[in-house]
Amino acid sequence: MRTTRRKFIGTVGASAAAMLVGCKRARKFSGAIVGASAAVGHRLRLGNFPAPSETIDAGVVIVGGGIAGLAAARRLDQLGQRDFLLIELEHQPGGNAASGQNAVSAYPWGAHYVPLPNDESVEVLALFEELGITRGHDANGAPVYDEEFLCADPMERLFDAGRWQEGLLPQIGITADDRRQYEDFFARMESFRSMRGRDDGPAFAIPLDLSSRDAELLALDGKTMAAWMTEQGWNSVPLRWHVDYSCRDDYGAGIEHVSAWAGAHYFASRRGRASNADRDAVVTWPEGNGWLAKKLAAPCATRTRSSGVVFNVEQSDGAVVVDYLDVEREQSVRVKTRGVVCAAPRFVAHRMIRDLPGGNDAVYSPWMVANVTLDQLPSGSGTPLAWDNVARASDSLGYVVATHQNVHPVPRETVITHYWPLDAAVPAEERQRALARTHADWCERVAADLDRVHPGIHSHIRNIDVWVWGHGMIRPVPGFIWGGAREMMQEPHGRIVFAHSDMSGISIFEEAFTRGTQAADALVALIG
Amino acid sequence: MNDRGIRLLLLASVFTIATCGLIYELIASTVASYLLGDSVTQFSTIIGAYLFAMGIGSWLSRYVEKDLLRVFIQVEFLIALFGGSASATLFVLFAHVSSFRVVLYAIVLVIGTLVGLEIPLLLRILEGRLQFKDLISKVFTFDYIGALLASLLFPLVLVPYCGLARSGFLFGILNGAVGLVALWALRGQVRGARALQIQGIVVLALLGAGFAYSERIITWSEASAYNEEVIFAKSTPYQRITITRGGDDLRLYLNNNLQFSSRDEYRYHEALVHPGLARLPNARRVLVLGGGDGLAVREILRYPRIESITLVDLDPSMTRLFSTQEMLTRLNAGALTAPRVHVVNGDAFTWLKDNREVFDFIVADFPDPSNFSIGKLYTTAFYQRARHALAPGGAMVIQCTSPFVARQSFWCIDETLRACGFVTEPYHTLVPSFGEWGFILASLHPLTEEWNFPGGLRFIDAKSVADLSHFPPDMGRVPVQVNRLNNQALVRYFDAEWARYSQQ
Repeated sequence: MRTTRRKFIGTVGASAAAMLVGCKRARKFSGAIVGASAAVGHRLRLGNFPAPSETIDAGVVIVGGGIAGLAAARRLDQLGQRDFLLIELEHQPGGNAASGQNAVSAYPWGAHYVPLPNDESVEVLALFEELGITRGHDANGAPVYDEEFLCADPMERLFDAGRWQEGLLPQIGITADDRRQYEDFFARMESFRSMRGRDDGPAFAIPLDLSSRDAELLALDGKTMAAWMTEQGWNSVPLRWHVDYSCRDDYGAGIEHVSAWAGAHYFASRRGRASNADRDAVVTWPEGNGWLAKKLAAPCATRTRSSGVVFNVEQSDGAVVVDYLDVEREQSVRVKTRGVVCAAPRFVAHRMIRDLPGGNDAVYSPWMVANVTLDQLPSGSGTPLAWDNVARASDSLGYVVATHQNVHPVPRETVITHYWPLDAAVPAEERQRALARTHADWCERVAADLDRVHPGIHSHIRNIDVWVWGHGMIRPVPGFIWGGAREMMQEPHGRIVFAHSDMSGISIFEEAFTRGTQAADALVALIG
Repeated sequence: MNDRGIRLLLLASVFTIATCGLIYELIASTVASYLLGDSVTQFSTIIGAYLFAMGIGSWLSRYVEKDLLRVFIQVEFLIALFGGSASATLFVLFAHVSSFRVVLYAIVLVIGTLVGLEIPLLLRILEGRLQFKDLISKVFTFDYIGALLASLLFPLVLVPYCGLARSGFLFGILNGAVGLVALWALRGQVRGARALQIQGIVVLALLGAGFAYSERIITWSEASAYNEEVIFAKSTPYQRITITRGGDDLRLYLNNNLQFSSRDEYRYHEALVHPGLARLPNARRVLVLGGGDGLAVREILRYPRIESITLVDLDPSMTRLFSTQEMLTRLNAGALTAPRVHVVNGDAFTWLKDNREVFDFIVADFPDPSNFSIGKLYTTAFYQRARHALAPGGAMVIQCTSPFVARQSFWCIDETLRACGFVTEPYHTLVPSFGEWGFILASLHPLTEEWNFPGGLRFIDAKSVADLSHFPPDMGRVPVQVNRLNNQALVRYFDAEWARYSQQ
């Protein structure tokens, strides 16, 4: 009888303990879902905006303050067209290069690095020189980088089979066949890298429009990366994981979804040079590309209207009107202008410009990005903490350490940026699901994902902020890049020129920046 | 065995367990003061916690209603196991757990509680065999005599001849043996004697193994890197500072790496400062990066022409310690509180970024590049910043680890400095407690070949300085990469070279 009772008490005790543990698990994290785009986007779909109560004039209007819009602003200044107004939907410009800051560190909300630009990325190279990221060239013409901007070593580590290894290519437990396929795959990418098509263009260039139009290469755009890899006999599980990871990292969707041309572009387009770094080096900052966005946004701060939702762009006989809602004042403003750089995503452009011809069938990948403030650095067995830390078994892309570039020897607190492309189901479904989730739902997912590689880390989390990118980036599905859709998007519409990485089909800094610069050139040529 | 025999046996066990009990208490207190410093606090709180736990044990003894002998023997085995292994466990865990105090007090509470159970249980076992007044008088007599023996044995025999870990295991074995002997003598009166016997033998075997391997266990634990007495230990947000003393030898360890031994640190610090500074007749302003012990500053202060010395060290605990502790200020001759010296607590890299002053001589005396964060202080990016802080005609000296053990590392620093446009003069000397040690003097133009040494030097003179720059073939230049933030080549060389060296 006594033992039974003791057992009973034991069981109760154990369940009480389990409940306590459970409570700890379901712990409330401070923080919030930030970013206005989802709510504003919804409003744009409903369309009930107040009539403009104020009319102003501006020489040029730039719609959208992402990298393309900011690049257009910079070029307009360079061309002497200083009379412009930049209207941005969020409370600060930056677009996918948005960033935040708390007491511990600045951190990115999206794009967080730029690889060494290729020689043909002339606009980006000029910007780098202007901002002091590079300081002249060596005798071979290779730019000399300011090493404090180059991503510090160690750059990447992968959690696989219970420990951290250096680099993102799985090395633990791989077979001789896997190794052979690694060599084969990377040898092919290396040959693509130096290959020129029959028209003498580089097989894969950045900006992408400089790539060769050789039909044999463009044929890769007709199939998925997965299908092409299968054709080539690349069936190694770790190799396919690595390529899938890389595609998800750049396009928000894996090898089953993106075209083989886009997949190969990721691996074979980088020919950047540096006098003082390897080819695979990247430049980065605590706030990611937010550093670049802030540098670009500073000169046009007084000409920027943030929290402004453009809902109507109309033109008649050489004049354009742009109507936007000033969200803070809940008042609409009409801007009369001579020309517009539309640097908003294409699906948004279709809502603002009602007579814009063409379909609206581009596919966008939804993303979730969380910035997690920790009171101690994550560690783990094997390779020490790197800049980019990835778990092979996770659906997320892992996390990037915002304080990595910090030269202070003993950082104790940090912010890590956790990236999660939502690509399990079709984008519309994932988007709906993502927007329905609460802050607590996201926290639970993020904390659980981190806890798998860092057991107990949830007790070191001080804050989690979350940003849901419903239309995070254009997805280069088969046929999109070379199927003709992009050509139509590049056509000006009256006095409206377009600038966005959507027009390239891949969402990278160099594309957005070049598109913005070219759009400003085109508009000034158009309106004189 | 007759009743008298049993009585004697039980009283003998009172004596043994009393001795063991006090030994465990002394071991825990000593280990705590060795590892945590501040012996008065450690002794007083450990003894307090231990006695309190004994009270808990005594109180708990009322809930033991039957099988007194069996429970008593089991308690003996448990004490043997916990008490005997406590010292080794604490040494090992010290380096590996973040909240060492929690572990320490938990172990003390467990042992104390078990020891507190012993005497009340024994009293009750003997209850029927002796008259009450005899019982009380005998038990406590043996208890106190045992305590006296323990308190004499501990400092005079055990610590000097056995060491803390081994003493722990030894008394654990004695404790377990008491249990086994009692079991053997009273086997007819104990239920499940066979199972108990097996438990006892397992415990003794474990403790025996611990005793045999205690040397190795202790070597494995980082804390035991110190052969000498630890006189100061503190974990700051930046590092673990440990100061030891063995005879007249004072040693500083940071994160368990030796920084200096007072017996030969003058060789290191004279070699660090004078080969460079004695050649700069116009030097007025000096910058010391790292070197919070003030020993490099002591050497610089030998030059009356130096007007100001700025010392930038990350850790305020270090500079405070070396400005206030008498034993340490005697060593650095009060350098850190000298009127010409200005101490700044900050990170050297960040400090250099904001700095607008220029200096005629810069000393970079950082710990060896054993991890990625210290490795940053040896990169092109760092030396370029240092270059901006260097006056025209000035020079910078860098401590560069051992060119014998870490040859690639040494020449990597040289290569890195040359990549930043410095003219370098590598040199080395023997510091007995470190081994063969390397330095690099870097300047923008070649320095004069004329040295003017201050008085009072014990190692460097006009003759010895000439020998320093000769590198025999086994330490000669090797082709290496330049160390940059984005490749951390130095940390990779250093890691591989020291790992290879310590395997030998």
